Amino acid sequence: MILDHDVVVLGAGLAGMRAALEAARGGANVAVLSKVHPVRSHSGAAQGGINAAIGAGDSWEIHAFDTIKGSDYLADQDAVEIMTSEAPQDIIELEHMGVIFYRDDEGRLGTRAFGGASKARTYFVGDITGQALLYTLYDQILKADVKVYEEWFATALYAPDGTCRGVVAIDMLSGELNLVRAKAVIVATGGMGRVYEPSTNALICTGDGIALAYRIGAPLMDMEMVQYHPTTLKGSGFLMTEAARGEGAFLLNKDGERFMQRYAPKMMELASRDVVSRAETVEIAEGRGIDGNVLLDLRHLGADLIMSKLPQIHEIALDFLGIDMITDPVPVRPGMHYIMGGVKTDVNGASPIPGLYSAGECACVSVHGGNRLGANSLLDTLVFGRRSGKAATEFVKTVTSPASGEDFLAGEQRRIAALMTRPYTGETHARLRLELGTLMDEKVGVYRDEAGLNEALAGVQALKRRYASVAVGDKSRIYNQALTFVLELGFMLDCAEATIYGAITRKESRGAQSRTDYPQRNDAEWLKHVVIRYGDGGPPKIDYQPVTITKWPPQERTY
Amino acid sequence: MKWTIEVGRYDRTQAPKPGTTRPYPPPYENAPAKRYQTFEVELDDQAMVLDALIAIREYQDESLAVRCACRSAICGSCGMWVNGHARLACISKLRDVAQDGKVTVESPPSMPVIRDLVADMTPFWEKNRKVKPWLENKTPVPSGEEYRVPNDAMENLIQEVSCISCGLCLMDCESYGVNPNFIGPAALAKAYRYSADPRDDKTTQRLGEYSKPDGVWDCTHCYECVSVCPKGVAPLEQILKLRRMAVEAGFTDNAGTRHAEAFADSVRDSGRLNELTLMPKSFGLFNIRAQLASLPAAFNMMRAGKLPPIIHHKIPHLERIKTIFKRLGGIK
Repeated sequence: MILDHDVVVLGAGLAGMRAALEAARGGANVAVLSKVHPVRSHSGAAQGGINAAIGAGDSWEIHAFDTIKGSDYLADQDAVEIMTSEAPQDIIELEHMGVIFYRDDEGRLGTRAFGGASKARTYFVGDITGQALLYTLYDQILKADVKVYEEWFATALYAPDGTCRGVVAIDMLSGELNLVRAKAVIVATGGMGRVYEPSTNALICTGDGIALAYRIGAPLMDMEMVQYHPTTLKGSGFLMTEAARGEGAFLLNKDGERFMQRYAPKMMELASRDVVSRAETVEIAEGRGIDGNVLLDLRHLGADLIMSKLPQIHEIALDFLGIDMITDPVPVRPGMHYIMGGVKTDVNGASPIPGLYSAGECACVSVHGGNRLGANSLLDTLVFGRRSGKAATEFVKTVTSPASGEDFLAGEQRRIAALMTRPYTGETHARLRLELGTLMDEKVGVYRDEAGLNEALAGVQALKRRYASVAVGDKSRIYNQALTFVLELGFMLDCAEATIYGAITRKESRGAQSRTDYPQRNDAEWLKHVVIRYGDGGPPKIDYQPVTITKWPPQERTY
Repeated sequence: MKWTIEVGRYDRTQAPKPGTTRPYPPPYENAPAKRYQTFEVELDDQAMVLDALIAIREYQDESLAVRCACRSAICGSCGMWVNGHARLACISKLRDVAQDGKVTVESPPSMPVIRDLVADMTPFWEKNRKVKPWLENKTPVPSGEEYRVPNDAMENLIQEVSCISCGLCLMDCESYGVNPNFIGPAALAKAYRYSADPRDDKTTQRLGEYSKPDGVWDCTHCYECVSVCPKGVAPLEQILKLRRMAVEAGFTDNAGTRHAEAFADSVRDSGRLNELTLMPKSFGLFNIRAQLASLPAAFNMMRAGKLPPIIHHKIPHLERIKTIFKRLGGIK
């Protein structure tokens, strides 16, 4: 089946739905296509809040500086200026859409403190901010009557003549492959947490959009910048929001010491995430951890505050570890959480490929540079979701509807059919995925060095060879998840390779990239982005992009 | 530890046609054949039912279809029947639900099924859409700033906003079981969330809509939705709040309100429920059609010896009941 729209948005998280809403408002015939129902998207797992400088004594310039300092000066400052200066209007708009933000005594929006921020500028709904935003956006999508292709799994972008003109996707319900043609495609598929094991991310975060864009020639940027969150639950690796520390929780080592005083005497537990994660890793490595973890201590906050402002993490710690954080500290460790890199875009979400836009975690504008501040990711999805939706809507007025595409669809159908009939040789997607995740966590984690990265690269290349013989263990057409897992593994291997190439290339330590063999930040040589292009069989092509500096020249970074 | 997982499996060779699956009663049109299959998995005693299902899908049978994403009760994907009750597989500990090391999981019979543990959630989403779940802004919308509302008014809504649309409440809803058109617990809770939002301009229209048949008065207070909800949304409580709002807004000309009033009147005047007068008072004495429609049920009750006594007796010490009514303000 071939369908036509002006704009197709791939992914129905916050960035995707915000983009679709903007396109619908602009009069475009827009459709959202998502492999899960919109409210299942991983945006819903964001806990802590969303940043904006609205309050007295704060300004978007201070927010911008905090963000740039947090990024270790790798963020493009023009993009950061746009994000932070437009943040207040987006927060107000969310409030007008119906988000039930926390209020102060005067009935105005109230804030909480967050890591790496010099002011308390994080707006929130309990510790379910992402969920509250996601549902409000979904409600707005219903109100605007936007078409959603639910449980459609994208296999390829349709890119004739170097432009992006649609997407081929499997309708899970029927198993049929369809081509959805469009004048513009907005990729908003979120992160790639499953490339790592463990990760705070959901099982659906497999880098689909990043790999799809990469394969049609879109450059990826800052892929080496992988954020480890300092407080993920022992064992399962679930997220314990930074809001816990924002509300005053301590991090303790096995001696009961607030060890952050030795690493970030001013900001303590609320230093940037890369700083806290490194501190924890050192504590654990030097024998001051407990079973590979440190302790997150909320006991002094009291039951009332915990139950009113942090009920979800209280429930998660209780469900998965049997620990009641009101009476006992919770064992936590750094865990893979977010990628700062992604599809390279300009400040309007446009990639260098005409018709291809991207927004949210899968995109790299770059506003997060080497390290994202907590509560800046929700902001990123809304500001750049909106801007990409608007830009795509303007763009589609300048181009004609794509014709044909039958051959491309037929080609995809043949490719998937061949995959389905591949004989079983002993390799399974699950085993390969686990090996990939473990390898990435070990060699491309908080600390990295040349030898380890080379091992990781060789490992991923070996996994790619083995991947060519993975069979699909389900022969049904209807709701065939084995097929989509195999396809996802292909996406993840591409993302992993790009990440490793980025990490090998950047011979310095900056933000989330901590090279033990190059422990210093080196502005003279490395104040630039690493840009990676698909090699199509061969190694990727590596290129550089200067960092845009507007008002804030790089300084030494202390917290 | 070794666990036995019995999985209700539905094989499908043809796609279900949208609109051909009916929510109730079974058997559904175009339904796939069901069979039970047993798997053995090795997992520690902290493991969840979902861990077992993932282990099966990854290492034993890749064809097992099950929705899941976050694994921590946030995304709402993995609602299913666990030992005959709607639960989220991701937070159901094997050791808590297993009987002699065995757990049975299946798609809930109240929902159409796509395949294996993947239910067709269309009824759930359609009901959600039906309550117009979006803010209709009170005007004028403040320019460049937020609506000023007390934090209490926002916190009042957080209980519903915690809803993850897992659908457990609808899966085990008794009213939905007999009336597929009942709007259902989650959607009505959502309806309350927007009706009680001080920034919403359409509260009155909403309450009128929700008071119609299949709305708030179709709930039978069985509390199933409250007990299965993994997020403390307590849909029934939101429904009761909606009823109160609807009555206060004057939407009393419906069977539900009359039923509640007849119920209270009977208790106030006699200290016990007069079941014989409940029906005519609820539907109206001259609503012959409704009276006739209830005859078969009445006949069945009579045959089962369940018909209430013709002569309604008052309880002794009725004045105490009247005191309670007086103190609470009562109805009327």
